[in-house]
Amino acid sequence: MTTKSVPLATPVVPAKRPSSNLIATITSWRVLLSIAILCLLPWVLPSKALAVNVLIYGVLAMGYNLLFGYTGLLSFGHAAFFGAGAYITGIAIGQFGVPWYGAVLLGVVGGGVLAFVIGGLSIRTRGIYFSMVTLALAQLVYHVGLQASSWTGGENGLRGFTVAKIDLFGVSINFLDPVNKYYILMVFAALALWFVSRVLNSPFGAAIEAIRENETRARACGYDVERTKLLSFVLSGLICALAGTMSALHLAFVPLDVLHYQTSGMIVMMTLLGGASSFFGPFVGAFAFLLMEDVFSLWTSHWQIIVGSIFILFVLFLPKGIWGTFLAKVIR
Amino acid sequence: MDAELILIQLFSGVALGAILVITALGLSIIFGMLGVVNFAHGALFMVGAYGGLWVASLTGSFWWGLLVAPIMIGLFGMIIEWLLVRPLYGRSVDDPLLLTFGLSYVLVEAVRIVFGNDGIPFPTPSQLTGVANLGIGYFPIYRLFVIVVVAVVLLLLWLALEKTKFGLIVRAGARDPTIMRVLGVNISKVWLLVFGVGVGLAALGGVLAGPMRTVNPEMGSLVLIEAFVVTVIGGLGSLLGSVVAGLLVGIAISMTALFAPELGTIVMFALMALILLVRPRGLFGKTA
Repeated sequence: MTTKSVPLATPVVPAKRPSSNLIATITSWRVLLSIAILCLLPWVLPSKALAVNVLIYGVLAMGYNLLFGYTGLLSFGHAAFFGAGAYITGIAIGQFGVPWYGAVLLGVVGGGVLAFVIGGLSIRTRGIYFSMVTLALAQLVYHVGLQASSWTGGENGLRGFTVAKIDLFGVSINFLDPVNKYYILMVFAALALWFVSRVLNSPFGAAIEAIRENETRARACGYDVERTKLLSFVLSGLICALAGTMSALHLAFVPLDVLHYQTSGMIVMMTLLGGASSFFGPFVGAFAFLLMEDVFSLWTSHWQIIVGSIFILFVLFLPKGIWGTFLAKVIR
Repeated sequence: MDAELILIQLFSGVALGAILVITALGLSIIFGMLGVVNFAHGALFMVGAYGGLWVASLTGSFWWGLLVAPIMIGLFGMIIEWLLVRPLYGRSVDDPLLLTFGLSYVLVEAVRIVFGNDGIPFPTPSQLTGVANLGIGYFPIYRLFVIVVVAVVLLLLWLALEKTKFGLIVRAGARDPTIMRVLGVNISKVWLLVFGVGVGLAALGGVLAGPMRTVNPEMGSLVLIEAFVVTVIGGLGSLLGSVVAGLLVGIAISMTALFAPELGTIVMFALMALILLVRPRGLFGKTA
């Protein structure tokens, strides 16, 4: 460390790089920019189904990234919240006749409550234990979903809650039309984008990043680390549950697989492929993963071996993911 | 419910627990020495079961499968450490976990390609079929055999770690790898071997479990989660913890199967949640 004294009168101004200016502009407009891209998506991608999946899994990965990328907690149990959102929405519509907006709200709140319980337990553990405990607790939820078949349909999945039209403010929209469906679900995605951006810009957003960088120091600075982690866990669970309700509305079907740990693993893969701890990363990752699934499954039913290998290469050589690596290149 | 039935179920739980012990021990050793959570452990257990089946069908003898498959897969584990895990030392602790997760994907699909999607029955060797009268009831011989094999392996492992010079190096390496390097020990070789032994133990668990269930590509995922639960209850990195918690979970699972079958595997997670509330670092984990 060099101790070079700087005269107080002449403040040191770092030379501004032109590219960092561009990044700053993009960052301040990131929500509107993402929405603009999402608006174009169904017309650019080969199928509307792929576009809807990018929406759903993009929101899912983004919610997950709040915890993984920004708080630095590697959860392997986020399928539980995605699944809870989907199941609660389906059960509310199919078995209780709740209108769609009530069912979405119930699904999101239910996922949040589940996140509070699982988060409360798993945050007591540290480091590598956290991943194992979240995985085990999510697997518990999977077994509950399997056993409570009178509610969830067990292994056959949940059916019989098709939402044919969306009524809002006296307007009735045909929800079975793929374009309408996409833009209605996009409204949810836009809300989630705005919400996450808002959270990241708030003092709370700075606090979770402080915990990720150095937990001991954050604690010494006076942050209540446990409460902040739990809140981050719950917020992340809420957004993943929203993705679950979107998936239920889209498919009019909830397969038991949504709760399986393979789903949790897929969320982790998407987030890492795109780039954790960046705003656009999870969406890019979800898009890349779904595109790979689409392309490789045409060649072989064993497409997972290719995706798995690509994932291994990313962990080894591109840990920042597609978007994170791109950002690092541009900023430099 | 009569006492003999409970006794037989208890015994069955110990046999199930023995397999959990040997698998979780592999996970725990790798973590304790290298600080790596091997997410591919369940997949390697599954590969072990297929490997045992394959060697047994080639040689016509279960015993060759039991002996050769764990060694082969242990060597494969050493290749994994050398090729994939080693570049990640010094990076975030999450990275090896993520990498081995990707590896488990690849292994499961590779087995699907070679052996197909459907389960394959693993015949119990003819010498070990039937039941034995132990004076207090009749017990399946194969399960007795599993308990004996696991007990012998545990004893050998304990002797190797506590009574040999190599064991001393391994234990010291777990405490402070830097000092070991300064003292002129090639710690990388030690880690290579430890990873191989840990993976070999998973494969041994797979071969032993084979005749107790059908062998299928998905069998590893439940085992991985069971091994996680065992290590969380016992305390990650604690060998004694793995043994106690493995037996505990095995007995708990098989007792629930007797009294409340609809609860299935849920009881295991309830046990884990309870332990976490009381002792977040597990029964035998060191407190921070």
